[in-house]
Amino acid sequence: MTPENALPKEHYLNHGYGWKSWLLTTDHKRIAWLYLVSITLMFFLGGFAAFLIRLQLLTPQGEILRNDTYNKMFTMHGVVMIFFFLIPSIPATLGNFLVPLMVGAKDLAFPKINLISWYIFIIGALYVLWIILSGGLETGWTFYTPYSTSYSTSNVTAATLGVFVLGFSSILTGLNFIVTIHKMRAPGMTWFRMPLLLWALYATSLIQILATPVLAITMVLVAVERFAGVGIFDPALGGDPILYQHMFWFYSHPAVYIMILPGMGVISEVISCFARKRVFGYKFVAVSSLMIAVFGFLVWGHHMYVSGMSPYAGMTFSLISYLVAVPSAVKTFNWTATLYKGSVSYDTPMLYVLGFLGLFMVGGLTGLFLASMGLDQHLHDTYFVIAHFHFIMVGGAVMAYFAGIHFWWPKMTGRMYPEAWGRLSAMILFIGFILTFFPQFILGYMGMPRRYSVYVPEFQTLNVLSTAGSTILAVGYVMPLVYMLWSLKYGEIAPANPWRAKGLEWEATGPIPAWDNFPVTPTVTEDAYNYPQRPVAEIERERAAGRAEGRMPELASGD
Amino acid sequence: MSAHAHNPAVLHHFADAEQQKESATLGMWLFLATEVLLFAGLFLVYTLFRWKVPYVWVKESYLLGITLGGINTAVLICSSLTMALGVHAAQEGKKKALIGWLLATMLLGATFLGVKAIEYHEHWEHHKVPGLNFTYTVPYDNAHPYKVPEQQVFHFLYFCMTGIHGLHMVAGLSILTVIAIMAYRDKFSTTYYTPVEMAGLYWHFVDIVWVFLFPLLYLTGNHYTGGH
Repeated sequence: MTPENALPKEHYLNHGYGWKSWLLTTDHKRIAWLYLVSITLMFFLGGFAAFLIRLQLLTPQGEILRNDTYNKMFTMHGVVMIFFFLIPSIPATLGNFLVPLMVGAKDLAFPKINLISWYIFIIGALYVLWIILSGGLETGWTFYTPYSTSYSTSNVTAATLGVFVLGFSSILTGLNFIVTIHKMRAPGMTWFRMPLLLWALYATSLIQILATPVLAITMVLVAVERFAGVGIFDPALGGDPILYQHMFWFYSHPAVYIMILPGMGVISEVISCFARKRVFGYKFVAVSSLMIAVFGFLVWGHHMYVSGMSPYAGMTFSLISYLVAVPSAVKTFNWTATLYKGSVSYDTPMLYVLGFLGLFMVGGLTGLFLASMGLDQHLHDTYFVIAHFHFIMVGGAVMAYFAGIHFWWPKMTGRMYPEAWGRLSAMILFIGFILTFFPQFILGYMGMPRRYSVYVPEFQTLNVLSTAGSTILAVGYVMPLVYMLWSLKYGEIAPANPWRAKGLEWEATGPIPAWDNFPVTPTVTEDAYNYPQRPVAEIERERAAGRAEGRMPELASGD
Repeated sequence: MSAHAHNPAVLHHFADAEQQKESATLGMWLFLATEVLLFAGLFLVYTLFRWKVPYVWVKESYLLGITLGGINTAVLICSSLTMALGVHAAQEGKKKALIGWLLATMLLGATFLGVKAIEYHEHWEHHKVPGLNFTYTVPYDNAHPYKVPEQQVFHFLYFCMTGIHGLHMVAGLSILTVIAIMAYRDKFSTTYYTPVEMAGLYWHFVDIVWVFLFPLLYLTGNHYTGGH
């Protein structure tokens, strides 16, 4: 081992040993690891529930689970995946790790609050374990009233309190990010020099701060209504169930942007690096994140077209839902334009990004189907909605999360993951994903409703395809878990900047960041993604020469 | 780096005292924004039901009695004054005045909670605690001769809103206790009094919430019946 590819003597992972140095740490990088381990466990818990759902749906009559157990499984899948995996996924792991590094600060503005947020997350997770041990929950992740307040015999109170508690973890993370991005940027790091991941996380944090408390109070009202038997939401007691849906979706629609916006930020980072180009239309991509956050607050009614709503309200919500597609389209077009005439290389993170682009586009466009009031009458509560949602959340958010984890893994661990395995698992994931969820669009369009444990025999072929796909998907998820763990000990030592990427986290830290990130506060003198530009003609000439000699020239050797 | 050495109150990850103070202030305002949205959910429910069953709101609001609520409003507004004077004393580095005003604020806050407890006790005696001890006023009136479930909803919201407000008061009192101890131990100076200011912001916020709760819950009945 030569000295230049050995890890430095002192870095954040060996700064201290023992459980105290981890469980009482205020280092944002270690807290990122605490979150990473916790949400990975939650991901596999939620995934296990999903796998049982798919097994049940292998046959029309369902052989595996009793009906009420089936209801508990899809509830557990939804609650765990949404509240305990997707919401914290990128912000709490990559965000915690990267925000201070990207702005050039030693830590987040409130390191202790950051640690508290993880403990709050754990308390919320313990509620979920308690629910599982006390017999499960069967309301669906939406806790719709009056079923949840008056009829369900399962442990709804614990679930609502768990979600209530968890919300504060999300709020505190968002608060920390906003303050850090506002106040702790290094000299020269102006707003329009910030990496786009920061813009995305800033927009995400705004939603977390402003929407989460509304969910919190809604959950409190559900819990107290169950306890006191007073009708805020139960019509039999004088309450209004539609009010519940308004309050729930006022959070839960913006929440889907909490889940996807950070992913969009990761995509901007990775695509720029592997195309060796500045993100096309940087300012538009930056501002579109804020536009998504703002519009995202005004579209919740599109979940309720069939719940009872004035047609004028419906039309307004429909119109604004169409508008929210505009900033998303701005991003997608600009990413595609970034690839144009870039020197694209296909390492694992980039494979995930390309997967994201295709799947997110399908997911986004089918969202427009659902945003139109007429079509939604037919598609509401069918598998079409399930497929749309999973294209955005699994095809979009989870793909982006995997892209980001692979991309920054060398910086987080100081070691490389095995590239060949990475590419293989990215391909397996993509194929498994398509096979699992594409048939669900057709099933939904043909009228298969969601949340049923049995179905008519005509739907079996497509359901078998979907279940088969889910087994491939499972392999695609287990593989990274295995080789990432393997690489912690046996992975190649990573150089300080293996992708030759731009950004303070790559250029101003060593192979692996020290405990306080930067020995000297860095000064920023250039725009984000300032990859060296070369005349296209020159690159073309070089490539032609390379092809003539039977070799590919080094990609993007602009420097 | 050199700035740290002189001021032990600046944490290691901040460049200087100013950055630390600005961060704390922004963080506090964002937290208050969260709190506003938390209460906003309750205000939404209140608005909807008041619009649906205004006659219930008038009758039930009338039962609350404005004397104790009025006294409490005055007490809280006074506590905001003493809190502001406390922050001012901290800015000028007057330790004794700071501790005095903090104690005065805490005393007023405790008075508020005491009066609130008396009110809650009265509601219990009048059987107006939804879910636990509630009797409908039957017949309600000539236009609505039967018991109306929204009667309970009004009192339910009353307890939710004042209860959550009361929890915030308890939190505020705990924060002020810590601040007073810190002041006693000379943790603050004319250059470092951010925690006092942040506690002040929080206290004022809790007071303002009450300024909205009082008319909406207590005065609605008087507002409608006063004209007759």
